[in-house]
Parts: sequence; structure tokens; C-alpha cells
Amino acid sequence: MTWYDSLLQQLADGLVLGSFYALVALGYTMVFGVIKLLNFAHGDLYMTGAFAGFGGLSLVSGVLGAGWLGIFVAMLLAMLAVGCLGVVIERIAYHPMLAAPRLSILITALAVSLVLQNAALSLTGGQYTAFRTDLGFGGLSLGNLFISYNQIVLVATAAVLMIALELFVSKTLYGRAMRAVAIDKDMCRMLGINVSAVIAITFFIGSGLAAAAGTMAGAYYGSIWYFMGFLIGLKAFTAAVIGGIGSITGAMLGGLILGLLESFGTHIPFIGSEWKDVFTFAILILVLVFKPTGLLGKSEVERM
Amino acid sequence: MANPTPVAPEGRPRGNLAQRLYAAFDSPGRRRALHLVLLAILIVTPWLSSQYVTVILTNALLYVVLCLGLNVVVGYAGLLDLGYAAFFAVGAYTIGILTQQFGFNFWAAIPFALLAAALAGVIIGGPTLRLRSDYLAIVTLGFGEIVRFTARNLEITGGASGLSHIPEPSLFGWYIDSSIDFYYVFAALAVLAYIASQRLFDSRLGRAWLYVRHDEDAAEAMGINRVAVKLAAYVIGAIFGAVGGIFFSVNLGAISPESFSFQQSVLILMAVVLGGMGKIPGVILGAFIVVLGPELLREFDTLRLLIFAVLLLLIMLFRPSGIWPEKRS
Repeated sequence: MTWYDSLLQQLADGLVLGSFYALVALGYTMVFGVIKLLNFAHGDLYMTGAFAGFGGLSLVSGVLGAGWLGIFVAMLLAMLAVGCLGVVIERIAYHPMLAAPRLSILITALAVSLVLQNAALSLTGGQYTAFRTDLGFGGLSLGNLFISYNQIVLVATAAVLMIALELFVSKTLYGRAMRAVAIDKDMCRMLGINVSAVIAITFFIGSGLAAAAGTMAGAYYGSIWYFMGFLIGLKAFTAAVIGGIGSITGAMLGGLILGLLESFGTHIPFIGSEWKDVFTFAILILVLVFKPTGLLGKSEVERM
Repeated sequence: MANPTPVAPEGRPRGNLAQRLYAAFDSPGRRRALHLVLLAILIVTPWLSSQYVTVILTNALLYVVLCLGLNVVVGYAGLLDLGYAAFFAVGAYTIGILTQQFGFNFWAAIPFALLAAALAGVIIGGPTLRLRSDYLAIVTLGFGEIVRFTARNLEITGGASGLSHIPEPSLFGWYIDSSIDFYYVFAALAVLAYIASQRLFDSRLGRAWLYVRHDEDAAEAMGINRVAVKLAAYVIGAIFGAVGGIFFSVNLGAISPESFSFQQSVLILMAVVLGGMGKIPGVILGAFIVVLGPELLREFDTLRLLIFAVLLLLIMLFRPSGIWPEKRS
């Protein structure tokens, strides 16, 4: 394997990883945009999405099979279910806390995360659940480079979802309302925008995207468990911060950058794969300390 | 003649049961008596209970130390730290490495462990304390995980299996090794942590934390160096955590990275929040709840963690300042 083959292989792996990060990072950044909350439970919504996708697939696989179509339908079901869960969480846990001190709402978000995690723990007994599909291992071989069809479909699906989101936010009425709410809630209220509906929609979309990523990750890696959301939650947050929190394009960019950095970073001498996660957190801390607005974020004079 | 200023009515205090109970002990003499009674209970308990109960209580006392330490950071200074277990780990690992691999005497290794923890506090606090509170939370979480991953990847820390055979400490030829010995060690530490917390709360620094927590800009305008006082909270919190870790490592004789996971940090934070951030008796109560609660709920098995999580959520929604909240005007 020549060095550029290896480089391309890392690029392909990095894109897959980056797609997951980007989809989850979008939820962080959207929620942060409208209510300035760091939703600690977001990683767990990804986990819940994986389980919902698993449940959805076992529902539909009898009719549609466990191939692309079955997984796609299962993913839509999971997005719908987890999207609604996200809205319910916002209504029950975050909505009453919006006026409370920052510390209280952060701890509430942490509590929601623990509830989701431990609910999944109780249901599965802490065991890995096998996510069986009929996807197979076919792919394209270009010289020494191998890219599986799964990887291609996965990255393409993620791209379609992100383009759809971008169109929604930039072209539709609700997308415009969402951007307005992110800038000034009080003014929006005065102009007759239903702010709580916009917040609900934001949670629905953000949670739905996390669920899409969860289902795809389950199908791609083949197993799911209750703690799978923790690390990816942290990393997606890192991605959102790299791109500039609050910026949707930034989250996509940040996700891809982080995926590629991790994929290449594990091949730098002295940073073996066992240091991969340390590497990510070091990036997070460096970005937060030296450039807290990220690549595309707007600078904001705010001290809390 | 002008009316005299109204005096608080003597005799029956008003208010609900908790307030009346509180008022009943609101004199220095009675408070001292209450302290003596609690101290006596603390001393006598291991003689009246089985070894199982003693071990559980020892664990609860360890959590009292850790929770009081985190309370300095979260309760007093109002900084959300999600990686507190890192300091606990630094204390435990420094002792483990120095005594087991470098042949240090336990007592001689303690200053190094405290120094290492204080240094860790400065390293974590230094660059991050200017950040917004939610960024701070996630950065501390990141640091906590970095410490755990580092402990898992290095050779000197024993990798994923950790360190074992950490020698038990001896004092003038007498080995501290039985469960009752360790109960008393942790009881003494808990009492020390209690006194230190109380003194810190009443100190000039304690008041500075209060101002910074309520309004940073106003505090700075009053001449408080907010970064310095926050850093002080971090370093003091780190030292409390390290003290817990130091004696935790010799109590168990073995440590592994998984003892210092994110869940550990969350459990400590949960105790502080459940009990009442900033309120010392509340935090102590919280520490006992998180240790004894799971023991009492043992028959529910994995559900007990779920019950705890739901409880935390309900507390935040309906009683956000905890079971025994702080009252300070």
C-alpha cells in the first residue's frame, strides 16, 4: 500500500466518522442557537435513536427486509420518534427552567441525560445489542483503496439530510423564524412569531438528526449499547465548537474536520489509536481557550 | 414616645417544623451540643454495626469529603465542574505510584499528592476560568476524561488494570488495615473537611466567592480579582478531592482508571445538588443519600440508577436549590 492509498483510505474513513459527528453536532448547535443551552442529553438522543432504529427495523424488516429500504424506513421512524421525544424533553425539563440560573438548567440537562442512559441500561441490562442487517460487505476497489457501499450510502444520506436542513433554514418561513429567534427572542414575540413553537421545531429537527445518525451508526457498526452516546456527544460538541457554536454550516464543517483529524491523527507517530480520544479533547480545550467562537461563529461579548 | 423597634418574640419560634428545628439549634451553645452528639454517634457507630455497615459508612464518609470539596467549586464559587473525579484520581495515583513503584513512605508521599492535585487545579482552572459556564462544564468534562485515558494508557499507572498491592500505611509501628481503622480515618477526614468548609464559608475568600457567584462584574468592580478567587476555589476543591483519593487508594489497596470515570464525577455532583449547593449540612446529607440510597435500593438492581436519575431531575424541576438549601441574605 503506497502512502497516497493510505491517505485516501484515511480520507474515506474520516468522511464516515465526520458524517456522524456533523449530524449530531447540528443538534447541539441548533438548540444552542435558539435557547443558549448546552444540551447534555443530545448524545443520549443519538443513543435512543439507535435503539429506536433497531426497534423500527425489527418492525418493518418482515415486510421490507433488513436491506437499504428497511433501514431507511426504520431511520425515518426513529427520526420521528426521537424528534417527538426531544420536543417532550424540552417541554417537561427545559421549558420551565429557561428563566432559572444557568447552573440549574445545565444540571437539569445532565439529569435528562442520566435518565435516558439509565433507562436504556435498565432495558438492556447493560449488554450490547446486535444490530443485524443484510447490508453485506460489498464495495468499490480502486487499486489498494477499498470503499464499501455502506460507507458511500451513509455519507450520501448524511449529505442529503444536511442539504435539506440548510434549505429548510435558509428558504422556508419556519427556518427564517428559527434564525430570528436565535438573534432576539423578545423582538420575535413582539412581531408575532410563536417562539415556543419555533423552539419545539428546533428540538424536533435536532433530535431527529441525532436519531438518523444513531440508526446509521447502529447499522454500520453492527452493535448498539446504552453508553454509545456519551463519547460521540462529547465529540460532536467538540465539532460544533470547532465550527463555531450556533452556526449550522459550522457544525457540518466542524464534524468533517474532526472526523478527518481523528482519522489522520491516529496515524501520526506517537499518537496511537489509544490516544485518539485524548487528542480530540485536547483540540476541544485548545479551541475553546484560544478561539471560542470557532471557525464560523460570530463573536459575542458575553460573560457568564 | 416613639414606638420601640419590634423585637423578635421570645418563646415560641414561628415557621414550619424545619424552621423551628433550625431555630432550636440556632445558638452557639446548642449548636456545640449538637456537634458533640453527632461526633459521639460517629465514634460509637462502628462498635454497634456489622462490618458490612462499617464499610458502607466508610464509603459514605469518603463521599462527604469529596462532596464538600466539589461544593467549594460548585456551591461556593458557582462553577460547574464535571470532571471532579480527575482530582480524586490524581491524589490516588500519586500515592499509588510513589509508594508502590518508588518505595516512598505513605506519609512522605502525601505532600507530593497534594501538590500534584493543586497543580492539576491550576492547570485545569488557569486557561478555562474565563470561559462561559457551559463551556467550562464541558472543558472540565474533557479534562476528566483526559486524566482517565492517560491513566489507562500509561505504563507507570498500570494501564487499564491499574495499580494493585498498594501498601497499607503504618503509624508508629501500628498498621492501619482493618475496616474499623479506615472508618476512623475517614471519619477524621470528614470532620476536618467539615471544619475547613465552614471556615472557608465564613472567610473573606468565602464572601468573595459569594459575590462572584451572584454578579461577576459587580464583584470585579468592588475590587475582587475574579480569576484569582475562582482559581482558589479550584485549587482548594482539588486538594479536598486529592485527600479523598489518597486514603481511598490505601483503603482499597488497588486503583483502576474506571474508579475515576465520568459517572464518578456525576455521582459526586449529584450529591451536592441533591443536598443543596453551598449548604454544608445539605451536602453531607446528599453524600449519605448517594451512598446509602443505592444500598437500600439494592433489590431494584439496575433500576436503582434510573430511580436516582429521575430523582435528580425531579429535584431540579421542583426544588432546584436542593433538599436542604442554603439561606444567606
